[in-house]
Amino acid sequence: MKLKKKVSLIDQHDKYGFWGGKFGGSFIPETLKKPIEDLTVKFEKLRKDKKFIKKRDFYFQNYIGSPTSFVKLENLSSHLGGAQIWAKVVSEANGGAHKIYNATVHALICKSMGKKYIVGDTGAGYAGKMLSMAAKKFGLKCKIFMGAKDIRRQKPNCDAMRKNGAEIVPVYSGSQTLVDAVSECMRYWVSNCDNTHMCVGSTVGPNIFVKICGWSTAQISRELKNQLIKEFKKMPKKIKLINCVGGGSSAYGFWSEFIDYNKKQIELIGVEAGGPKNSKLHAAPLSRNAKIGILHGAASYVCQNNEGQIHETESISAGLDYPGVSPIHCFLKDTKRARYTFATDEEALNAYELVTKFEKLNPSLEPSHAFAEAIKIAPKLSEDTICIVNSCGDAKKDRDILKQRLGRNS
Amino acid sequence: MSNSLIHQTFKITKNENRPALLTYTVAGDNTKKKSLEILKSISNYADICELGFPHNTPIADGGQIQTSAYRAIKNGIKINDVFSIVAQFKKLKKNKPIILMGYYNMIYQYNENKFIKKCQKSKVDGLIVVDLPFPENKTFAKKCKKKNINFIQLISPTTSRTRLKQIIKNSHDMIYYISMLSTTGGKLKVSPKKILEEYSKIKKQNSSKNVVIGFGITEKTINSLKKADGLVVGSAICKEITNSIKKRQNTVTNVTNVVKRLKNKIL
Repeated sequence: MKLKKKVSLIDQHDKYGFWGGKFGGSFIPETLKKPIEDLTVKFEKLRKDKKFIKKRDFYFQNYIGSPTSFVKLENLSSHLGGAQIWAKVVSEANGGAHKIYNATVHALICKSMGKKYIVGDTGAGYAGKMLSMAAKKFGLKCKIFMGAKDIRRQKPNCDAMRKNGAEIVPVYSGSQTLVDAVSECMRYWVSNCDNTHMCVGSTVGPNIFVKICGWSTAQISRELKNQLIKEFKKMPKKIKLINCVGGGSSAYGFWSEFIDYNKKQIELIGVEAGGPKNSKLHAAPLSRNAKIGILHGAASYVCQNNEGQIHETESISAGLDYPGVSPIHCFLKDTKRARYTFATDEEALNAYELVTKFEKLNPSLEPSHAFAEAIKIAPKLSEDTICIVNSCGDAKKDRDILKQRLGRNS
Repeated sequence: MSNSLIHQTFKITKNENRPALLTYTVAGDNTKKKSLEILKSISNYADICELGFPHNTPIADGGQIQTSAYRAIKNGIKINDVFSIVAQFKKLKKNKPIILMGYYNMIYQYNENKFIKKCQKSKVDGLIVVDLPFPENKTFAKKCKKKNINFIQLISPTTSRTRLKQIIKNSHDMIYYISMLSTTGGKLKVSPKKILEEYSKIKKQNSSKNVVIGFGITEKTINSLKKADGLVVGSAICKEITNSIKKRQNTVTNVTNVVKRLKNKIL
């Protein structure tokens, strides 16, 4: 298994859609073959279409608000000592998280396919909120599938979805979280694929959805590359790019331009959700060595039992609370280009407290997992090491959890 | 494979000038023992029995079958139990075809080759894998054929003409036509006339293939589709199991009565 240079990672799959010969693919019911083939043809055409790219860039700049800033966390760095800690503040994007890139691109694709309805899944509620925003912006009718447990714990985002005119469909099956929301959204698409477009909220699902999402979030690393060179005059010698990984869309977007670099120069570190400290449950298939399985139309490392039943997961962060992970990250793990680890709920909360104490930054619980790793490693590293955390979401949505766990308002 | 049990069964029903009745129940619903009893009893009326091996993330199943699957898993059903149910059933009714149906991850975890071998050993006649479409299923289908197990290809209203031809070419004795864009157990939202038109397109390509129609078939709708080679009823049966449990009634008797009534409607 080997990575190719100068070819975008999203395109390094075989004719059946597998990365590294075994991750990804399209394990789908026959009914979805045609809509997925249509979408694949359309996407391949659009991404080569200069007019479409121009449109995308226009909305990225004027609607999403590109570029998001790249800042040094001076106080946190001097408090910890060791490496410099920087943040790419992706939460500045319209709506407050990276999910807006994928949502905007899907809405544009939906429009150009002549479909009037768009459906999507959501965990933390950001994918749903952004899709509802994009749907409103482009005049599409929108339905969002969300686990009943997540509806309860991410209320601010639900309010936003409703305000944007989207219908939230609560999912009561299974663990009532993201995994069930994705299943139910796919079922809905099976029944309505003739007039409805489906947006998968992360770099997961059948091959084409991994590609579209990765193509959209890659904007983050395009910006960062320019910002790094502007800031340091040339690419620094020791960089660590630290990102939380649930499905893996923000991590892929944060890394895509840097994959060809030597890992000694630019190390890629993915941080999964380790769950509560004393719980057996987690959402960390990569770092806790889950087996390969098929979930939601793709092969990836999946938290599951010996029989292939998908395990329940547990994490304080709804956005990372998913038993599978992008096939692209499985590929990056097996080729050893990226390193994956996990942070527990408690570590993420501590990181949140520390970051907000020292900096004017309010990272949601998802990137707080990434900050936990940065805080852990920075003191041991040299001063010329640049640790960059993708602060990919804003903590407004977590106000209830933070109040309950830390006893204060975010 | 022309002498397969599945093919022979269709030969008989065709001679009787009626469609074959295919039932779907979930192995282990609501217990291992009960599901075997149900299977034994309904097979007096059903021509072919489909048996689901339950998965907890079934992306193509509607509420009724999901409920059955979750119930069976909760009560502890394991893949090896599914095989033992089939083996026990086959000891009693060796001429009744059994088709296992489920999702690919279960087979993948068990190991493809081991799974097929085990199917052969317990005398499974056919396999339906919901999320392993053509052409990705070519290798697996070939392995099945080698062991005299029918791999059953699915065709849906969205299947393009070119695909249709290729799928039929690569199919074994039976093809499953999905009546409409829906998960299992949806309300029949397409007219029977339209469904039979699509069905004829498949038959026109190769009339020797046995084509069954499934999804949305209930006591109300079954009669209108009886021109087909076979008709599959699943959710309506699972629903009856759920209702019987709720009412604390005998599931075996109640489900058998449903199947009996279904059969009477197509005679």
